[in-house]
Amino acid sequence: MEWFARLGAGTLDKLSAFGRATFVLLGAVVAKPRPLKHIPLTIKQIYVVGVQSLSIIIVSGLFIGMVMALQGYTILVDYGAEGSLGPMVALSLLRELGPVVTALLFAGRAGSALTAEIGLMKATEQLSSLEMMAVDPLRRIVAPRLWAGMISMPLLALIFSAVGILGGHLVGVDWLGVDAGSYWSIMQSTVEWNEDVLNGVIKSIVFAFVCTWIAIFKGYDAVPTSEGISLATTQTVVYSSLAVLGLDFVLTALMFGI
Amino acid sequence: MTTRKIEIMVGFFVALAIAATLMLALKVAGQGASGNGETYTLYAKFDNIGGLKVRSSVKVGGVTIGRVEGIKLDDEDFTPVVTLSISKSYAQFPETSSVSILTSGLLGEQYIGFQPGFAIDDIENLSDGDFIEDTKSALVLEDLIGQFLFSRGSE
Repeated sequence: MEWFARLGAGTLDKLSAFGRATFVLLGAVVAKPRPLKHIPLTIKQIYVVGVQSLSIIIVSGLFIGMVMALQGYTILVDYGAEGSLGPMVALSLLRELGPVVTALLFAGRAGSALTAEIGLMKATEQLSSLEMMAVDPLRRIVAPRLWAGMISMPLLALIFSAVGILGGHLVGVDWLGVDAGSYWSIMQSTVEWNEDVLNGVIKSIVFAFVCTWIAIFKGYDAVPTSEGISLATTQTVVYSSLAVLGLDFVLTALMFGI
Repeated sequence: MTTRKIEIMVGFFVALAIAATLMLALKVAGQGASGNGETYTLYAKFDNIGGLKVRSSVKVGGVTIGRVEGIKLDDEDFTPVVTLSISKSYAQFPETSSVSILTSGLLGEQYIGFQPGFAIDDIENLSDGDFIEDTKSALVLEDLIGQFLFSRGSE
């Protein structure tokens, strides 16, 4: 009996958290748009979550592209198929690694920061003071961060893929001596704009939404103590990563499955 | 940091993303080089299409001139009908042209080899919606082996 009670309590807990998360999302998104006031706030947040993530995205994109070219070359060269290095690097970056690794890095770099920031605002009662001044914190604090995340992450994923392909070129062509012409031309004949590039962008928009939503909700819902904020930050990274990996399988099955 | 600096950095970020998109579009996906222009449609009936797939390429002497748009079964005689969409810039093929299903390399993917026919005065060019009469089916390895065994057995 005790076991059933615990299961029921746990389920109700999760469901009510999901309901609160939906209310946070709706409160932030559904409202009369006030572009003059909110666009500058969003630009500030794009700077924080997007521009400041740029260095880690570019560096990891470059190295992941280089490593894939190196690993792929050692296998492909056995079959005399090193011309296929270009499409291998480009397709795995555009379809999978670009969106997924960007989302994981984004959750670690920007998502945790969002949670900690909003959680600390709650702990120091800045959110309540905003409400006392009749400023809706969902509109003023949460909405710009949500939009900034949704705008930044697809752009970061595109930059990641492009830099990774250049990194693959650096190792494959400049170092290992794959023919530059075949690297690009076989890539061009294999990669499709709608099928590969746009599906990757759709993936990263979904991941952006999920990661930012989790980060914002965890911060907004954090227990306003030091332990609460540290727990919320940890949960943001763990939940975002799990959600990204799980959703990636579902999206891949839907997009490329059949 | 002042608002102006932040705006400049965000502008730089978006410009970088646009540059990455352009690079992916032009250099990686090969968009704009060919294949997204206007096309016209031809049909071809085969006995067996083997492993041909939608989006397989149509080639003349190795040059891609179009793609397979659709594959369906004819309602009456139950043979596969392949819809080819050919770039408008290659619109001068005579009606005597033939198509065959070929394989690139030993284990490669299958594509449609388009063989332009001879053009004499009274032969018109293929136009939108025409059927190509002269087709050669895909080679199916099992059929070949079967024929080989059969011919060996009858000797």
